[in-house]
Amino acid sequence: MIIDKYLHQALATANPTPTSTTSRRRFIKASVGGVMGIAAVPMLTPLAQAQNAAVLPPGQKPTETPGAFVSIAADGTTTVLCNRMDMGQGIETALAMILAEELEADWSKVRTGFGNAQPNYIDPMMGMHLTGGSNSVKNSYTQYRELGARTKAMLVAAAAKQWNVAPASLSASNGVVSGGGRTAGYGELFAAALKEPVPAQVALKDPSTFKLIGKPTGLKVSREKSSGRQSYGIDVSLPGQFTAVVVRPPVFGAKMRSFDSKSAQAIRGVRAVLPVDLDRGAKGLAVIAQGYWPAKQGRDALKIDWDLSGVEAVDSVKQLAQYREAARSPGLQAPGDQFKADVSAIAKAPRKLSAEFVFPYLNHAQMEPIACTVDLKADSCAIYTASQMPGVDTMAIAASTGLKPEQIAMHVQMGGGGFGRRAVPSSEYLLEAVAIAKAMRAAGINAPVKMVRSREDDMKAGYYRPMTVHRAEIGFDDAGNVLGWDHRIVSQSIVTGSPFEGFLVKDGVDATTTEGMRDPYNVPMKLSVHHPKVNVPVLWWRSVGSTHTAFVMETLVDEIAVATKQDPVAYRMKLMGSDPKHARHRAALQLAVDKSGYGKRKLPAGSAWGVAVHESFESVVAYVVIARMQGQGKAARPVLTEVTAGVHCNLCINPRTVEAQVEGSVVMAIGTTMPGHAITLKDGVVQQSNFNDTPMPRMGDTPKIAVHIVPSNDPPKGMGEPGFPPLAPALANAIRVLTGKKMREMPFKLA
Amino acid sequence: MISLTLNGKRTSIDVDPSTPILWAVRDTLGMTGTKFGCGAAQCGACTVHMNGQPIRSCVTPISAAANATLVTIEAMQDDRVGNAVQEAWVKHDVAQCGYCQSGQVMSATALLKANKRPSDAQIDAAMAGNICRCGTYNRVRAAIKDAAKAIA
Repeated sequence: MIIDKYLHQALATANPTPTSTTSRRRFIKASVGGVMGIAAVPMLTPLAQAQNAAVLPPGQKPTETPGAFVSIAADGTTTVLCNRMDMGQGIETALAMILAEELEADWSKVRTGFGNAQPNYIDPMMGMHLTGGSNSVKNSYTQYRELGARTKAMLVAAAAKQWNVAPASLSASNGVVSGGGRTAGYGELFAAALKEPVPAQVALKDPSTFKLIGKPTGLKVSREKSSGRQSYGIDVSLPGQFTAVVVRPPVFGAKMRSFDSKSAQAIRGVRAVLPVDLDRGAKGLAVIAQGYWPAKQGRDALKIDWDLSGVEAVDSVKQLAQYREAARSPGLQAPGDQFKADVSAIAKAPRKLSAEFVFPYLNHAQMEPIACTVDLKADSCAIYTASQMPGVDTMAIAASTGLKPEQIAMHVQMGGGGFGRRAVPSSEYLLEAVAIAKAMRAAGINAPVKMVRSREDDMKAGYYRPMTVHRAEIGFDDAGNVLGWDHRIVSQSIVTGSPFEGFLVKDGVDATTTEGMRDPYNVPMKLSVHHPKVNVPVLWWRSVGSTHTAFVMETLVDEIAVATKQDPVAYRMKLMGSDPKHARHRAALQLAVDKSGYGKRKLPAGSAWGVAVHESFESVVAYVVIARMQGQGKAARPVLTEVTAGVHCNLCINPRTVEAQVEGSVVMAIGTTMPGHAITLKDGVVQQSNFNDTPMPRMGDTPKIAVHIVPSNDPPKGMGEPGFPPLAPALANAIRVLTGKKMREMPFKLA
Repeated sequence: MISLTLNGKRTSIDVDPSTPILWAVRDTLGMTGTKFGCGAAQCGACTVHMNGQPIRSCVTPISAAANATLVTIEAMQDDRVGNAVQEAWVKHDVAQCGYCQSGQVMSATALLKANKRPSDAQIDAAMAGNICRCGTYNRVRAAIKDAAKAIA
């Protein structure tokens, strides 16, 4: 997501300069992960929040409260709470590393945990609870360093008081305070430290002295995740809990005319079959049972007559034709001077390139199907799920239940993958689970309920990466100078109608559609956008707009290079020029080139190089890949054999997880090229149902992957998403060399 | 009532005999280490061992396990091969979200019990039924090789 990029700009202009103050206040004890007085459950008013926050002196904001983030037991076990949801990106370990670095903790004694929907755990830059936009490390790096440094200072102050010496005479290292011949473990001092004032200002370490940051480090939960002991949202079990599965209409937003639940009610274990209000005004049925299997059996036995009138029945073939037609005319002018170039020179350009690209709807297909447990009572509602936006969800659930936000308790669970699916501005799946709980209470069933989606439910439930068409008309000369680039995108807006619209839609154009266009190439581009309204819910999907813009940009630039007989790497370097804005792109690309042996190593016959570089979420990833073709005719398919990544994410907190994120992004991107990897609709019905008809990359599809990171001490950026965008275009560029075929459609069509 | 040996203990389960082993284990016995991924034997997240063979518990009815020996992820740390696999998983930092890893560990352990020194191709074939959307495959392969060395 790029939300924060835009919010940040808004904040930068609206936020007054924080006042410098040295005043201190007594530290208010807060139990870690426990009960805090609720000042306000954060709403989507970041500007107001930031302005209020700026009034508080340093060290006094909820996000700066050490006691809300760190607890140290008598034996030295140090628990660091993560203000984000973890879905495999390893953020709970990365943030703990950052805090432990400044705390001078004994890493072997550090444990991790998660915060909740309290104000302490908002993103300090965003003013809301959010995991997304690859922004966790970026926005919480300084926060967690200061939390660690403040905690250390309080431990030292406590020791100094006990030993009656000056704090400056003491030092702290590896979980121990020492000085003047005395030592004490952090665990012995923590209770006293909590009574010390929180220092307003703390000195942070020089990055050259970092011991943990930058060191390849395994996840703190690696053992739990290798032994089945890690619990996820779908594993939640409350006393007396029922399981619910839902029948959703075959077409988004449709209602039931009538239903017959007699057979379903007769199944052993089925407690009730209840009508429920669903997303987008739809009506469906929830089968409430003791466990998933009877619930599913009950659902299979239901007979429902659907009323499909009044809802658009989308047909992907017709939709594509409409999108193609729309792309022939200019749409809404994209905001930003970089998209408003005069492109009249195309008409007279000596060389021209015209291209159309098609990208399908994509399901996130995170391994853990969506599940959400609700314990609804007259005056409270507890929610157990892996949500990326618990604050937004809290407000939606408050509105749905009539409860006050402070009566809603969000218990954020470990996510079994997410890739954007767990950050739903409409709170769709949480509200569905709440609707079931409400229907149960109305039916006199006062018990917690866990809504579980089958894989088929998950795949058909919508909230896809939008289907997207691009059209480009490019004029250039024999030297590869781009004289004009007229570009159109047709894609549903992701955020229009959501609380994010105000930040992300400008001049009618959704920034999540256009992100990734043009840069880092200073070409004269005119960009316009069509946002059709379609009865298919859409959502961000790992790297969002860059899932398509990077492919378009990096294959077209490569084509121009080859058309003008230039080396694709040299041509990219030339287009980027010496602009310091693109120094990180050049460094990442050069590193990938150097490490891969590109241009130096001779490849075996039948193999070819492919190159791409792309910035997303302020990190740059370049790929140099080697691919070959396998099979003939209709059986022809590309085999990606080697991938070399050059990564520029500024200071790298944990190279081990950055490497993992890049490896995973490579595999996920390979998936998007595989025939059948798409969501299509006919008569309004999603045609895919499970992994048998929607192939996923498997071990045998995985190339050799080497990840290299450009050294840097600049403020760190995120890496959950940036590994994804440049992989498919690099592979497409290699395929073009191998076959002469231009990949203009995802998944790839080679026959 | 279906009787079987589960993780070395005689166990009786009172559920509809058509109930897949996955749901009998997760919902009836409360052992949640075995994961639900697809319900159609397509992803391997639910892999357990029945009479020594890896099976997809999401499509195998509990009736098929009557009087059988069933082993789940919860027993792997006490299994020489399973333990070696888990240690290798930790050493190689395999898990990202970790949701599929119970199934990966069960498939890998079954492979190493049948073949102490699998080749890359044999590993790919044995693990082809296990999907990981985080894309941990290269680390899975490296960990399996490492575990093979540890049990040699």
